[in-house]
Amino acid sequence: MLTSICAVIGFPLLGATINGLFGWKIKRKAHWVAVPAIALSAIFALRLFSQVLAGHTFVGDLYPWLVIGKLHVPIGFQLDQLSVFMITTVTFVATWIHIYSIGYMDHEPPMGYARYFCYLNMFVTFMLVLCLANNYVLMFVGWEGVGLCSYLLIGYWYEKASAANAGMKAFVVNRIGDFGFMIGLFLIYKFVGSLQFNDVFAHAHEITPAMATIITLLLFTGATGKSAQIPLYVWLPDAMEGPTPVSSLIHAATMVTAGVYMVSRSHALFNLAPLSMEVVATVGAATAFFAATMALVNNDLKRVLAYSTVSQLGYMFIGVGVGVYAAGIFHLMTHAFFKGLMFLTAGSVMHALHGELDMQKMGGLLKKMPITAITFIVGATAIAGIPPLAGFWSKDEILAGAFVHGHKVIWFVGTFTAFLTAFYMFRLIFLTFFGEPRDEHIHEIAHESPPVMTIPLIVLAIGSALVGFAAILPHGGVAGFLNHVLASGHHVAEAAEEGGGVEHMLMIISVIAGFAGVGLAASMYLKGVPNPKTLGSTFKPIYTLLYHKYYVDELYFFLFVNPLVGGSRQVLWKFVDVVLIDGTVNGVAKVCGWIGSGLRYIQTGVIAHYAIGILGGAVILYWLRLLFG
Amino acid sequence: MYHAISEYVPVLILLALAVGFGVVTLLVSFLVRPNDPYPDKLSPYECGIDPFTTGKLQIPVRFFVIVMLFLLFDVEAVFMYPWAAVYKKIGWYGFVEMFLFIVILLVGYIYAWAKGALEWE
Amino acid sequence: MTTVLPVPNLAAIGPEILVTVLACGLLLVDLFIPKDRKRAVGILALAGTVVTALFTMRYWNYSATTFSGMFVVDNFAVIFKEVFLFATAITILISLRYLEIEKVSLGEYYALMLFCTLGMMVMVSAADLVVIYIGLETMALSVYVLSGFMRFNVKSSEAALKYFLVGVFISGILLYGIALTYGVVGSTNLNAIAETIKLKGLKDNPVLMIAMFLLAAGFGLEIAMAPFHFWAPDVYEGSPTPVTAFISVAPKAAAFAALIRVFVVGIGLMAPHWQVLLWVIAALTMTIGNVTAALQSNVKRMLAYSSIAHAGYMLLGILAANTTGLAGVAFYFFAYAFMNMGAFGVIILLRREGIVGDEVDDFKGLAHTNPMAALLMVVFLLSLTGIPPTAGFIGKFLLFSAAIKAGFYWLVVIAVLNSVVSLFYYFRIAQAMYMGEAPDSSIPRPQGAPSLTVAIAIVGILTLFFGIYPHHLVELAKASVTTFIPFL
Repeated sequence: MLTSICAVIGFPLLGATINGLFGWKIKRKAHWVAVPAIALSAIFALRLFSQVLAGHTFVGDLYPWLVIGKLHVPIGFQLDQLSVFMITTVTFVATWIHIYSIGYMDHEPPMGYARYFCYLNMFVTFMLVLCLANNYVLMFVGWEGVGLCSYLLIGYWYEKASAANAGMKAFVVNRIGDFGFMIGLFLIYKFVGSLQFNDVFAHAHEITPAMATIITLLLFTGATGKSAQIPLYVWLPDAMEGPTPVSSLIHAATMVTAGVYMVSRSHALFNLAPLSMEVVATVGAATAFFAATMALVNNDLKRVLAYSTVSQLGYMFIGVGVGVYAAGIFHLMTHAFFKGLMFLTAGSVMHALHGELDMQKMGGLLKKMPITAITFIVGATAIAGIPPLAGFWSKDEILAGAFVHGHKVIWFVGTFTAFLTAFYMFRLIFLTFFGEPRDEHIHEIAHESPPVMTIPLIVLAIGSALVGFAAILPHGGVAGFLNHVLASGHHVAEAAEEGGGVEHMLMIISVIAGFAGVGLAASMYLKGVPNPKTLGSTFKPIYTLLYHKYYVDELYFFLFVNPLVGGSRQVLWKFVDVVLIDGTVNGVAKVCGWIGSGLRYIQTGVIAHYAIGILGGAVILYWLRLLFG
Repeated sequence: MYHAISEYVPVLILLALAVGFGVVTLLVSFLVRPNDPYPDKLSPYECGIDPFTTGKLQIPVRFFVIVMLFLLFDVEAVFMYPWAAVYKKIGWYGFVEMFLFIVILLVGYIYAWAKGALEWE
Repeated sequence: MTTVLPVPNLAAIGPEILVTVLACGLLLVDLFIPKDRKRAVGILALAGTVVTALFTMRYWNYSATTFSGMFVVDNFAVIFKEVFLFATAITILISLRYLEIEKVSLGEYYALMLFCTLGMMVMVSAADLVVIYIGLETMALSVYVLSGFMRFNVKSSEAALKYFLVGVFISGILLYGIALTYGVVGSTNLNAIAETIKLKGLKDNPVLMIAMFLLAAGFGLEIAMAPFHFWAPDVYEGSPTPVTAFISVAPKAAAFAALIRVFVVGIGLMAPHWQVLLWVIAALTMTIGNVTAALQSNVKRMLAYSSIAHAGYMLLGILAANTTGLAGVAFYFFAYAFMNMGAFGVIILLRREGIVGDEVDDFKGLAHTNPMAALLMVVFLLSLTGIPPTAGFIGKFLLFSAAIKAGFYWLVVIAVLNSVVSLFYYFRIAQAMYMGEAPDSSIPRPQGAPSLTVAIAIVGILTLFFGIYPHHLVELAKASVTTFIPFL
């Protein structure tokens, strides 16, 4: 099995190396390296999946990496139900996104083309390392690696200043989260003496509850950075500056889910810290709700999807936070399908409209690009939680879990968010694909994308429609499969038994919420305003009502979102980007120059000043030492 | 107490002799010499360098080179005195040691010579 | 009295003898090589350094004490000697072309570099405060001249003068510390010092405490840890870039090794005292180094401050005073030699006729003009930041986990926070390379001389290799500190 695992990781790594070193020569043919690499990886992943399904799991080391006293950190892998679930999802979705990229990146210059596929392969490599690692340090390698690739890919069009800055921002915000992760890691080492997952979880009970809370909160800090949760979500919407397949792969399907995976993987620790679980669930619910409200008003196709991603990640954290880890991971998987799909369709629209992203200028694209439109509708239906598509199953499991475990408020917020989700997704659909074209020129140039792009769309759409049924497979479905690892399943299962009747009621409520959202969107953006020009004057009350509705959204935006985004902007963007990153160019340069010229002015004294500084420092230090001593 | 001090008696005698020699010499010359002061003669360095001036005075770098070379070989010579004094005790090992020391300095000497450090022009 | 002096074990100082002969030989050979062929002296020096490095490897597990206990050869000394020789070899490689561009291609450069190496090698093998001092001075005198090697460049001369003045200061402080130690303990031999402190119960002696303090300050100045770091940025910026690369790694390593030997072996019993002292120094050093580095627009200056910060991380290893920590320091110096010399190598690559190439703006568009160099620079920057899978990450991990093990939680929090901050300024360079506008085509493209390219490639590969497969080097580093186990 170790060989197969190495093959899963090795093929993309090989692809990245070849394209990285010989990209200048391969140029346009880079996809002939990258796509087979990822496809082979996916095949091996599927093979491993079948093996795990047959009951074979694996934990083992490739070679010792770091051996420090009793601490043994190997390059080692852990293949169990959880990790195989992850890698299968990742490689499968990634393969189709690679194929899609061939069409999407068609207009790129040859060198950039090779570079793009090199990064893409490298990203998958690191993501697989993250998922397959059998210890925290190797996981951290993947964790940092995906962050780095994300930085490179967001900033892929570095000629655009906004893209370059967005890349930097993503990296920096992620590093803030990593700080928590690293400290948490060192504390685990201190209190358990090992960083191997198996050892840590076996000895987790030796940690005091207070320390477990601190450690898990620190780990969760890392997760908020990577998985774009409050307060570190700010980088994700900006990350849409990257090429759309990248948004699809990294910022929807894979990397952003790393936080959820990490928390699930560490469930043994989180179970010891009820307070941390509470925090995780609350942050998840808050993020789900706020991000959804942000998506309500945005007119940028990709940004709506970005906020929607943040919101859905919030759902996953609700799942892991209330203890239904399997549901969280299941939603991660279904989300990878439908959100990956929706980003790709958005890319297809962009591709057709030469980069146009403003929904207000679109409309009526259904006839022009039917495959794109239909696949998008499939994806949106899935995310809206309309049965029997994928999103319905996973979201329902999470919400039911929240309700059954007594988190009634979180359940309510989640259900309401489901309503909002359905609403903004269908608003997007109606504005983009239905109604009359609002911009003739844009409508003129619109065309269906080539098969190399539409086939991945169709595949993922089928996936989005069907993967949900995995929930009702025999042996407990996905939850039963994952609960081999996520052992907390014991009380989940019991709770589910007890609440059988309640669960059906909850299911009905969430379906109603979904349909209500769709209906409201339809009445507002489809039927309510068939022709804005005439109706604007004739049905003024309705128009103003709609306008007012819109205004409420805006108010919402200003009351809740703006201060939040603004606050983060003030702190993170202004401080980090402007002060620290562009700092030398602007204000700080002056200060430095001033200090410099000050020193130059008293040139003869400089060395003497240094000596005085050194002596002064020494005296203060000595004095400090006496104080301590 | 007595023993402790007695070891230093020769030092004390040497000190007295040294001070005495200086004092006597100055005293005798003061008494015997003719007194005829003029400015050039009163300057601290009769070779013409004014000691009270800014530090930015330009002095040919050759002076420094010569001084440094002198210092080096001076130290070498000084080092050889104690070596010679205990030569019998340290035997062949000491001989080889000093030989190596001189060889190393010789390398420096050859280098300085070849680079023209010994030529004034 | 017919006592014959004991003949020392000359085999133990084989590498030192080799370097001495080599350096003296180079001085003489240089006399016969015409001015436009000085590169040959460099190549000769390089060959000699490589031979010495290979020869020194044979001293692994050699373990000897000679010269009446003043000179020891243990694995710790050997591993650090390898760091110096490696740094010297890489420095020679990156110097060859640079010196020609700067029009100071002189044979003495290489001889001085070897004399400096000799001093450092003596320093790490010294088991006596006086021998440490001799090594330090041998090293320092050579470095002063090297940093002022571009005679006609005002900045370089200024750097040399400043370094010299500060160096004299170091000597004074260190000597005072040595004198006080001798005054209290009655010996300058490290083992004897440890013995006496133990027997007479001197570990809380106030005079010895001042001595400890002065020793820390003396080595601290050479290491450039805060608040003794003021000189470093000026000197690093003014010196010829290869020399900056060299002095940011090798002398620092030598001073660190000496500090470890003195503090762990000599005054190990005073650990509670010096741990408090080093705690404050480490926190200050990391923070000041990183925060100030973030404000620089000159890359050499930025790397100078960053090298101060790295010294702060490494202090964690000494502070922790356990095998992992000390091994971590040894490992980190290898990693640091790779990544820092690599980064300086790329700066040298940017040095062309008419372009100095050490401002952040000079890196703009390097990804277009020389993609391979830009890629390697990213590797070095990642490693400096401590992002896996690079050697820098492994080094930091060793140091931090050692400190955690020893219970210095808050210091580790500060250290991790600092390494997070460091991303901001390191990646300004990456941003300039990848996202900056490419300079117009009238400026010559940065194209490295073969020797420089080889050097950068070697350190780049090593940075990655020891990030992915560090096991053996970590094992060697751990084996190197077994000497200290009785003192821990």
